[in-house]
Amino acid sequence: MNWQILIGALFGDAHTVVRTGDLLSGSATVQGQTVAVIGTTDHAPIGVELALAQARCVLDTVKNSPGRPIMLLVDTQGQRLRHRDEMLGINRYMAHLGCCIALARERGHRVVALVYDQALSGGFITSGLMADACYALPEAEIRVMRLPAMARVTKISEERLQQLSESNPVFAPGVQNFVAMGAIDCLWRGDLQAQLVAALAASPEGDVRAADGALRGGRRLAAEVAQRVRTEILPA
Amino acid sequence: MNRSFAESTARERLQHVFDAGSFQELVGPGARVVSPHLALLGLPASFDDGVVVGRARLDGQIVLVAAQEGGFMGGGVGEVHGAKLVGLFQRALLDRPAAVFVLAESGGVRLHEANAGLVAVSEVMRALLDVRAAGIPVVMLIGGANGCFGGMGLIARCADYVVMSDIGRLSMSGPEVIESSHGVEEFDARDRALVWRTTGGKHRYLTGDCDVLVDDDIQAFRTAAIAALPCHRALTLASLEREHAMLEQRLLSFGECSDSAQVWQALGIADPLAVPELDASAVRALKAQGSEAAA
Repeated sequence: MNWQILIGALFGDAHTVVRTGDLLSGSATVQGQTVAVIGTTDHAPIGVELALAQARCVLDTVKNSPGRPIMLLVDTQGQRLRHRDEMLGINRYMAHLGCCIALARERGHRVVALVYDQALSGGFITSGLMADACYALPEAEIRVMRLPAMARVTKISEERLQQLSESNPVFAPGVQNFVAMGAIDCLWRGDLQAQLVAALAASPEGDVRAADGALRGGRRLAAEVAQRVRTEILPA
Repeated sequence: MNRSFAESTARERLQHVFDAGSFQELVGPGARVVSPHLALLGLPASFDDGVVVGRARLDGQIVLVAAQEGGFMGGGVGEVHGAKLVGLFQRALLDRPAAVFVLAESGGVRLHEANAGLVAVSEVMRALLDVRAAGIPVVMLIGGANGCFGGMGLIARCADYVVMSDIGRLSMSGPEVIESSHGVEEFDARDRALVWRTTGGKHRYLTGDCDVLVDDDIQAFRTAAIAALPCHRALTLASLEREHAMLEQRLLSFGECSDSAQVWQALGIADPLAVPELDASAVRALKAQGSEAAA
């Protein structure tokens, strides 16, 4: 979905969200509550500048508007794949964005994310996946890698991967598979504003994604293994 | 005799970095907890899924530790692998060790179980940051032959403190991925000198992305790990503003550079082309000189 249409569906005219390059930023009002809106558009590659620009918006919200909920709008093709970004330490820039979102959560900002178009790998890890809860539109596309590229790297034929992906959500791109993983809380259909209001009203409950993944059958082991490591008794 | 960190297995590293005989494994190979996804692809599983986690002592103090095994799927993070790391960080909140150490060696998300690995990386990040918020330091030791890339590169930069060897690498996308996406002119993955100049320990040390640079020697890692024990850095609005200002300044200072050697020159290093030939102590001395010159 185009970002202007999305913003309209979420907030009507009650917003100041603007596009600067691939960055979306501003604030919006929904049912009398002001929300900071931070995101990217046009399948933005997340390079060092765009990671930093998003971090700036998060820090400004924490500094100037304590407690204000933050909505992250995700549309990214992943981290920018350039020599310059690696030389400059893009992993530190992206980690910084992730840390800023974590700080906001810790200081009581409700952070919800919506994948409204595309979400890929590193660009998703340090934005939507750092929120209290991440949602997606049904037509959104989420993946780590396309199947042909995955076939090349794993040396498993594309046909075989395609076949496996029908029974196992762990391989294949697709928003429904990320619901099964617990990564996406649920898909937003119909009245987007009503679902946003409900998401903002929910209280943070810690990281429940592994437990959700087990309930939904997408990740049967993650929660159990983490619990075993957490609680296994070692001889003194 | 020196023992190479890079050439050691994950278990050997744990044995020699931490106090002799102190390592106790959690959910070890005997528990037979393996990836449920690899068998479907006809691939062999490993009884530790490529990461060893447990408790050890360092200089007498109790610490929690994890070591990734680069020899198994490049240290890639899958569902079980990631869950072991998450569980270890969650345990730290209960056990309150002196620190949590991660001996990272990983290409990032394990593509054979990509979706689970991607979520797992973000779960590890959050569990790690919870540990830091509780005042327990998290230290990364990076010196394996596979480097520390992708999601693990992100996790590494969420830690309090990073130790690298000069042959260790820390970055986001692998050179092969960049080359296949934008061509050999963008990043020649077979140019080893270029790869190390761009992602290697010396560059990360000179720009401040790792705190200590050591030789490829397990004892040197142990010494640096002991020195890192009291390294807690609180994540606060003020500290993140400082980080932000530093990252902004880095773009201003080096954003126009097209090669790491130009970055080193801009840092005031007189003979940047000689840097790749120097050993770790000489690079540490260079950085000390640079900071004196700057002061």
